[in-house]
Amino acid sequence: MPTQILMPALSPTMEEGKLAKWLKSVGDAVAPGDVIAEIETDKATMEVEAVDEGTLGKILVAEGTEGVPVNQPIAVLLAEGESEADIDEAASGGGAKAPAKEEAPKAEASTGSVPDPSAEQRAKLPPPPAAPGGTEFPDDQPDEPDYPAGTEMRQMTVREALRDAMAEEMRRDEDVFLMGEEVAEYQGAYKVSQGLLDEFSARRVIDTPITEHGFTGVGVGAAFAGLKPIVEFMTFNFAMQAIDQIINSAAKTHYMSGGFIKCQIVFRGPNGAAARVAAQHSQDYAAWYAHVPGHRVIQPYSAADAKGLLKAAIRDPNPVIFLENEILYGHSFDVPVDDDFVLPIGKAKVERKGTDVTIVSFGIGMTYAMKAAEELAGMGISAEVINLRTLRPLDIDTVIRSVRKTNRCVTVEEAFPTCSISSEIGFQVMTHAFDFLDAPVMRITGKDVPMPYAANLEKLALPTVADVIDAVKAVTYTN
Amino acid sequence: MTEDSAVVEREKAAGAGAKSSETFSKEDYRRAYEDMLLIRRFEEKAGQLYGMGLIGGFCHLYIGQEAVVVGAQMAMQEGDQVITGYRDHGHMLATGMEPKGVMAELTGRSSGYSKGKGGSMHMFSVEKNFFGGHGIVGAQVSLGTGIAFSNRYRENGAVCLTYFGDGAANQGQVYESFNMAKLWSLPVVYMIENNKYGMGTSVARASSNTNLSQRGASFEIPGEQVDGMAVETVRAAVGRALAHARAGKGPYILEMLTYRYRGHSMSDPAKYRTRDEVNEYRQKHDPIDHVREILLSKHKVPEDDIKAIDKRVREEINAAAEFAQSEPEPDPAELWTDVVR
Repeated sequence: MPTQILMPALSPTMEEGKLAKWLKSVGDAVAPGDVIAEIETDKATMEVEAVDEGTLGKILVAEGTEGVPVNQPIAVLLAEGESEADIDEAASGGGAKAPAKEEAPKAEASTGSVPDPSAEQRAKLPPPPAAPGGTEFPDDQPDEPDYPAGTEMRQMTVREALRDAMAEEMRRDEDVFLMGEEVAEYQGAYKVSQGLLDEFSARRVIDTPITEHGFTGVGVGAAFAGLKPIVEFMTFNFAMQAIDQIINSAAKTHYMSGGFIKCQIVFRGPNGAAARVAAQHSQDYAAWYAHVPGHRVIQPYSAADAKGLLKAAIRDPNPVIFLENEILYGHSFDVPVDDDFVLPIGKAKVERKGTDVTIVSFGIGMTYAMKAAEELAGMGISAEVINLRTLRPLDIDTVIRSVRKTNRCVTVEEAFPTCSISSEIGFQVMTHAFDFLDAPVMRITGKDVPMPYAANLEKLALPTVADVIDAVKAVTYTN
Repeated sequence: MTEDSAVVEREKAAGAGAKSSETFSKEDYRRAYEDMLLIRRFEEKAGQLYGMGLIGGFCHLYIGQEAVVVGAQMAMQEGDQVITGYRDHGHMLATGMEPKGVMAELTGRSSGYSKGKGGSMHMFSVEKNFFGGHGIVGAQVSLGTGIAFSNRYRENGAVCLTYFGDGAANQGQVYESFNMAKLWSLPVVYMIENNKYGMGTSVARASSNTNLSQRGASFEIPGEQVDGMAVETVRAAVGRALAHARAGKGPYILEMLTYRYRGHSMSDPAKYRTRDEVNEYRQKHDPIDHVREILLSKHKVPEDDIKAIDKRVREEINAAAEFAQSEPEPDPAELWTDVVR
């Protein structure tokens, strides 16, 4: 049966075009790939190539015709043994070998602008998967302790906790390895990987050249192949060079592959301001990474957070962004003595119970929040302090339950204010606790300027405990 | 590089590989013919479906370059991996991925290799050791180097074939990867598919040194130019490169001199080159015509046998096209799945 040749679309948005020129005549033999015509739109001229073999039997649209709709038959191709007598049937639409427009499924029928999903499709779309804890915010949730009462504790620095977490997980799983700049022979730029080379050898503790983009891609490729890399950035400021691999390759490939490609990888290193290192070495990337679906984002505060969450991150089957802080490395906290101490990802911790205001923070922001709460207690204001710990998925449930109780909320972080984690908390509180609020949510953040070098300016650019206290006084209408 | 010198380079490369045709058996030619034809017919059909509005977005066709992936696949061993950029349909079919599943992904259906969530540039098959399908120019070079890293870590004897184009050859992360691959002796073969144009910019207008096979020179990575239009030459060169990498000697670069007949993507008016240039390649250097001619004249394969292959391939592609149009779109609930595990 003769084959119709249809007016092709040059792009998904093309609806019609001009048939500019026929390059074959009736009776010409046509092979797949032969250019048979030229068509034009306002944007471009393109060649129409034959897909099937045969003889050009009839031209249905003369050259020079404008406004030919996409998918209209423009010619008829005769296969071996067919003659002109067969053409009428084809031209009437009965003999289209290529599926004609009307046979295409409904959703594909329009070659024009992207259609809105049908009402039927929208009706079938289930709600997004619930955040941890759901959206009911019951206020009688029992507090789940991180470890049973009576657990033996040992004081250690955040730095030691991170090292122990990596060492324990590397002992547990042969597929886990550490790569990064100065992680092996130098024992880590901040000594976080102290001793790992001796225990695990150069095969599993790998010094990389100073090539963040390249070695991040190498790590992600190794994860696609089933290994479980820990990629250390000397600081997350340098990870900007690698952010394409972190987002476009690591975070998106699982989804883009329909779930068939797995990427179990941890990107970790210090994030945010250190001291006197100026703008290029001082940025907090929490909001950047928390913005993107497809991975998890963690920012620990204490040594127990650091250990329990890094172990969880290494075991998690997804890419995890693990944001540490250089200043916190040397801080000491109690940590449970337990090789299997793992904290849940996506669960905030109420670090301090209170009734008058909820202070929400994470990472080094917690140092301001905790000191402020202590001083506020002396002024008779009872502050509840929530340590978010995970920024994606955000445990908004714990925040909302607290705000519904205290009716007031202040957020604290060192990052820039615009589109920050604080912005998200404010929005979520507005959505889920609007009727419970006795004051607008306030945020204490770093100033909206690149980090200056001068000691006095740097101090002015960062939040202070006094800022937090002033905000709490404002939302509690205290003089 | 001028037009003429490119052809000279290609022919010089062909001369070096002349012996390879002697070890390429009649059965090898028959298989190569069928595999290359499958890719050619698949891509023609994909172009047609795109023209009908059934395939959306970007669609980069591989027509003209078929000998590269088919020849390389013939040299590979079980367990060797493949990774490439966005012009990936040919690579997938060469690894043995089903035309039905690839075409259904192009039409955005649930039976596609990525359940309709990836499209033309993002398909994968763990079973066939095909690691995508990547849309960011050059990203696959670091990723492929990482897959090679995993081979060395596990000492599994596999080599990762990492494909990229002449355009990607100028990306910075390519050189970061070259450095690490050589430094750590990773089992990787870099396959530069030089089809002469990075989108609409010729190699000569984008590259200070147009001999891309020497791009690893400062890392001491050996490289050679290969006639990418001759499947037997490709197989021989990839065989040498794989043996080098498998023996623990580190990476190897092969610059495949090839040509794409179609535009960069479907919506490319192709005004940066002449029709005569395209026709020169089509008529005188077509990789499929080349093999067909050898089958007919040297191996005396009856024309009817060739036609039977043509018919079988055409039927398989037509079945794939019908499958790709009749399968359902993804269920709306799929919007939320596979974000994290």
